[in-house]
Amino acid sequence: MALHPDLRQQVIHIYKELLHLGRAYPLGYHYFQTRLHRAFASQKDIIDENDIKKGIAKAQYVRKEIEALYYLKRYRTLRQRYNNS
Amino acid sequence: MSVPLKILVPVKRVIDYAIKPRVNATHTAIETTNVKHSLNPFDELSLEAAVRLREASLPGPKKSPHPTPSVPDILALSAGPAKCTDVLRTAMAMGADRAIHVEIDPKTSSGKDKEGGAEGESQELEPLGVAKLLAQVVKAEDRNFVILGKQSIDDDSNQTGQMLAGLLGWGQATQARDIVFEEEGEGKGGWMVKVTKEVDGGVETVRSPLPMVVTTDLRLNEPRYASLPNIMKAKKKKLEKKSLEDYGVDGGRRLRVLRVEEPPARKGGGKVEDVDGMISRLKELGAI
Repeated sequence: MALHPDLRQQVIHIYKELLHLGRAYPLGYHYFQTRLHRAFASQKDIIDENDIKKGIAKAQYVRKEIEALYYLKRYRTLRQRYNNS
Repeated sequence: MSVPLKILVPVKRVIDYAIKPRVNATHTAIETTNVKHSLNPFDELSLEAAVRLREASLPGPKKSPHPTPSVPDILALSAGPAKCTDVLRTAMAMGADRAIHVEIDPKTSSGKDKEGGAEGESQELEPLGVAKLLAQVVKAEDRNFVILGKQSIDDDSNQTGQMLAGLLGWGQATQARDIVFEEEGEGKGGWMVKVTKEVDGGVETVRSPLPMVVTTDLRLNEPRYASLPNIMKAKKKKLEKKSLEDYGVDGGRRLRVLRVEEPPARKGGGKVEDVDGMISRLKELGAI
């Protein structure tokens, strides 16, 4: 019944990746998971192929942002601890 | 034919940087049970550096315009309890090709204190033990480039790289912030490594021929995140189990931890009502 089987796969894939990232989220997994679920659920009615692709692109963007957030958080903590000059 | 770069990246499993360590009840060590562990952040930098060296040598968008040695194989290694396989999987997810886990059982380790260490005392290898082990691995696995974190964030020794270079008689560059390869002689195929190092108040640039030991500092690169698909792929990569005896290394401890203390708690500040209050307080403290 899925309208776009390929896209459906991609959406599930990015959702899983984001969930995995959420395990290390500073405010806790639960905080992350509920919000992520809400964000995806709020888009459940879009059926246009281009809209779905845009949604996936946005999710990819968010993934990169979160990875960058983790990197920066760690970098800043370590710099404070070790290069405090 | 130029000399290929056979890289060894030793990694350590440490308590996650975001966790505040707690001293155990007997004041002999840090509490490690049920505490989140991860790959030592400085080792992530060295892994990233190794993976980027390979990317620079392969055709593709990240290919370096300069001549770079080919990187046939990146080997990650960790020595410690069984759970070290987790960080080795992360290392392989980031791009290491294979891994060796030198298993050290915290209970029956050959590094057990001869006098019978106190309950809960750390039995992990000291930097010298690790350096001896790495020197043997370098020989057994025919490595010519070792890149490791300058220190681990748990005991902050900053010794392993230096000791390893000493044991092997290789050149070393510590606290690297930039690593560049230069071809030595026309077509002879030798490589010089130019490393920019962090030093107090500036940088220092050194050059050494291969083989070489490099330790990494914070500004070297931005380590990639071990993504879920890559972690899945890493499960198929080869992970060998070895023991200290396989390499003929005695990991005996030379130091004994007498006591571990938490840093003194920070005293809270006080509020003053007005300017006069502040001046009298400053006088009290002898500041003016």
